[in-house]
Amino acid sequence: MTDESTNPMREAIQNAIGENHVILFMKGSPDRPMCGFSARTVAILQSLEQSFAAVDVLPDPRIRQELSALSNWPTIPQLFINGELVGGCDIVTEMYESGELQEALGIEEAAAAEEPASAEAPPLSIENRL
Amino acid sequence: MSEPGSAATPHELKARIEAAIPGATATVTGDGHHFNAVVSAAAFRGLSRIAQHRLVYDVFGAEVGDRIHALSIQTQPGDQA
Repeated sequence: MTDESTNPMREAIQNAIGENHVILFMKGSPDRPMCGFSARTVAILQSLEQSFAAVDVLPDPRIRQELSALSNWPTIPQLFINGELVGGCDIVTEMYESGELQEALGIEEAAAAEEPASAEAPPLSIENRL
Repeated sequence: MSEPGSAATPHELKARIEAAIPGATATVTGDGHHFNAVVSAAAFRGLSRIAQHRLVYDVFGAEVGDRIHALSIQTQPGDQA
């Protein structure tokens, strides 16, 4: 946490987390997840018709290194809501099943079914910011 | 980064979790790369899910994602006080 100002990658990740209400760091893209855990997390968000930003950590190993250093969380995927780490696939799945995820996202179950939202947010490309 | 000859086993993971987290009981399944751990421990009481899972991840440090390719975790607060 001390040398963020001299670490452009970490800064870019932190900005992305701060600027996006819901952001998922994953392996691959929502359209082409490259790992079952990432795929399952994407599927949950899409089933809730929740739009989200997505960052593929695979193009550059530093994304994952810096993300994990920042979040103190070792695995991918990582879901952030309102700037806070919610968890990985296991926690997201548990929270989805208990309804806590819907609550954290501010989704009211009755309203969610009514209006089909376009679930595609443009994927961020952290590596382009360097 | 994987070290040949040192594949992780469910038995090893179970033993290390139970040794590191006081009062923990773990059930671990896995194929040497992908593991699932169900961990029950009184130490989880009052902690958020994130904090509970971190306690388990912390047992393995940098091995998670490397030697232990993937570790799924379900945590349960233990019964004993």
